Amino acid sequence: MNAPAIRELSYAQAIQEALAQAMDADPRVFLMGEDIGVYGGAFQVTGDLVHRYGEDRVMDTPIAELGAAGVAVGAALAGCRPVFEFQFSDFSALALEQIVNQAAKIRFMLGGKVSVPLVMRFPAGSGTGAAAQHSQSLEAWLAHVPGLKVIQPSTPYDIKGMLLAAIDDPDPVMVFEHKLLYKMKGDVPAEPYRVPIGKAIVRRAGTGISIVATSIMVHRALEAAEILSGEGIDAEVIDLRTLRPIDTATIIASVKKTGRLACVYEGVKTLGMGAEISAMIAESEAFDYLDAPILRLGGAEAPIPYNPVLEKASVPQTEVIVARVRDLLQGRI
Amino acid sequence: MNVQARREADPTNQRPFYRQFQPEALQDALRRMYLIRRFEEGAEDSYMRGLIHGTMHLSIGQEASAVGSCMHLRKTDYITSTHRGHGHCIAKGADPKLMFAEFFGKEEGYCRGRGGSMHIADVESGNLGANGIVAGGIPIAVGAALAIKKQKRDDVAVSFFGDGASNEGAFHEALNMASIWKLPVVFVCENNKYGMSVSTERSMAVEHVADRAAGYRMPGVIVDGNRIEDVSEAVMEATARARAGEGPSLIECKTYRIRGHSKSDRNRYRSKEEIEEWAAKDPIRHFELELIARGILDEAQVDTIRAAAEQEIAEAIDFAREGTDPTPDEVTRDVYTVDLA
Ligand SMILES: Cc1ncc(C[n+]2csc(CCOP(=O)(O)OP(=O)(O)O)c2C)c(N)n1
Ligand SMILES: [Mg+2]
Repeated sequence: MNAPAIRELSYAQAIQEALAQAMDADPRVFLMGEDIGVYGGAFQVTGDLVHRYGEDRVMDTPIAELGAAGVAVGAALAGCRPVFEFQFSDFSALALEQIVNQAAKIRFMLGGKVSVPLVMRFPAGSGTGAAAQHSQSLEAWLAHVPGLKVIQPSTPYDIKGMLLAAIDDPDPVMVFEHKLLYKMKGDVPAEPYRVPIGKAIVRRAGTGISIVATSIMVHRALEAAEILSGEGIDAEVIDLRTLRPIDTATIIASVKKTGRLACVYEGVKTLGMGAEISAMIAESEAFDYLDAPILRLGGAEAPIPYNPVLEKASVPQTEVIVARVRDLLQGRI
Repeated sequence: MNVQARREADPTNQRPFYRQFQPEALQDALRRMYLIRRFEEGAEDSYMRGLIHGTMHLSIGQEASAVGSCMHLRKTDYITSTHRGHGHCIAKGADPKLMFAEFFGKEEGYCRGRGGSMHIADVESGNLGANGIVAGGIPIAVGAALAIKKQKRDDVAVSFFGDGASNEGAFHEALNMASIWKLPVVFVCENNKYGMSVSTERSMAVEHVADRAAGYRMPGVIVDGNRIEDVSEAVMEATARARAGEGPSLIECKTYRIRGHSKSDRNRYRSKEEIEEWAAKDPIRHFELELIARGILDEAQVDTIRAAAEQEIAEAIDFAREGTDPTPDEVTRDVYTVDLA
């Protein structure tokens, strides 16, 4: 009996399948991270992979983010394809040296003679009550660094395809996975496939406003768009998917059609994705098509608090997106 | 208290711990161990009943290292703590009511509901913070010790951390600086055999964390972390050394966490037998038996202390549940000392 070609998998299962298929296809691929072995990963993403692939390919590291990240960089330079899991994206702060000064620049500094085929995975975002040091959305930090690619897949289908594309990629790719997405289910083909890095996708076509969103915010923007459609507001929702390199063409085309732009993202509002997209539109031919100010909905200018009410209030929620887009469309902004 | 002088006046060297502390201090130590145990059982229970969210790291089975280390400390001495920090917090003098209020995310909590389990700290009692970042507090303790030295105080800083933390660069860099600058800091490693799921055998090139002290030219002492008197005597010596300007020490308390790493642990990396073996070495029971054997307490008095701790925790939970919720318009409060307009 043939296995079904498309099954429903959770986002976490889709990652695990991509990792397994990458290891099956390429002996150079191996996994590194804290508690990714018998523990199965803090979010049970690697699950039982250690039993299937052994400790040589599913390596528990000591708690030593900077050193371990550097080991991954070195292994990538010398012919391996490491996939490195941070237990929480917040701990990337301990490894920034190797990510920013080394992985991102080695190829450039050595005149293009080498490359660093490294994938790093970052469980990110708030909503789990884990407070200020375990809830951040730091993707914009890394997206600021030429030499890195930064992706934020929002569905089980995309994470599998984009992770496989990331593992194929000759350059370092940083994968931000929102923790609240891990349990989300969706259709995923059983076969390996690739979803290209650097391409946004229109998740919902509309004519009244372009909402550009990332990660979990794509789902909130889609919910908001449904509610708004009941009020006669027809929003187009674009899932950016890749923060670097940004797919400017898809956004420009959409804004030229709708004449309005909102950016919705969980990272701190200031100097984040919204700033970049807004500026990009202001510089582009779409600027003349704008009928309203640009709206940015991002995280509060504060660390993520523990209290659940404050935690929710710190990042865009569906109701807030609805209210602010409505305000924009009704000329109140 | 001049610790050095007291030790010299005790030439018999028979468990100095029981001679140095008055019976009241010893009883108070037992009371604090019970408070920690009941606090964490109460926290666990509140979590199971859905009253609090997030996660938590329980130190059940590790109470002796927290209390034994803090018995020597004054209010003006500092500690830095960890993600597994409830015990350190109570041992340094925090009020369980305000800790529970923090757990429940209330304004009355030590961190006004902003920090939660992983960040509970009573700054007034000298606790510079629990920490969500493994090893994050170790260099901070060294910095506090640097300030103490600059200010010519005879206080000390005690840094608690786990075995896993000793694999972080921050640990090694911090110990080196503490040593070259002869700072008044005591590094207390609570080695509970695992950093989350990874055993020390699998993560450390040496057998003992204390072995690492040699690389930084400071004393490295190993004690039975489930025996409060062993911990306390080692910390006493180290704090005396620190206060006398002789520099840092590293103390490794061999202990064990009875609960899982956090609420999501399935205990796949250790055996039931191992957990049971350590549960039999309960640090609270050990201390009680010692106190009874020495005639410092009888069973009835122990029961009274235990019941009082239970009562205090029950009241603390009631207090926390009645607390005030912060309002969403205050999300950016306290990001800066002077709020940005
Ligand atoms: C820098 C950093 N890396 C990883 C983690 C995730 N984490 C939290 S506690 C922990 C284990 C710490 O082990 P240890 O230092 O031995 O302390 P224990 O939990 O045993 O008390 C890990 C991996 C973290 N919080 N910070
Ligand atoms: Mg440990």
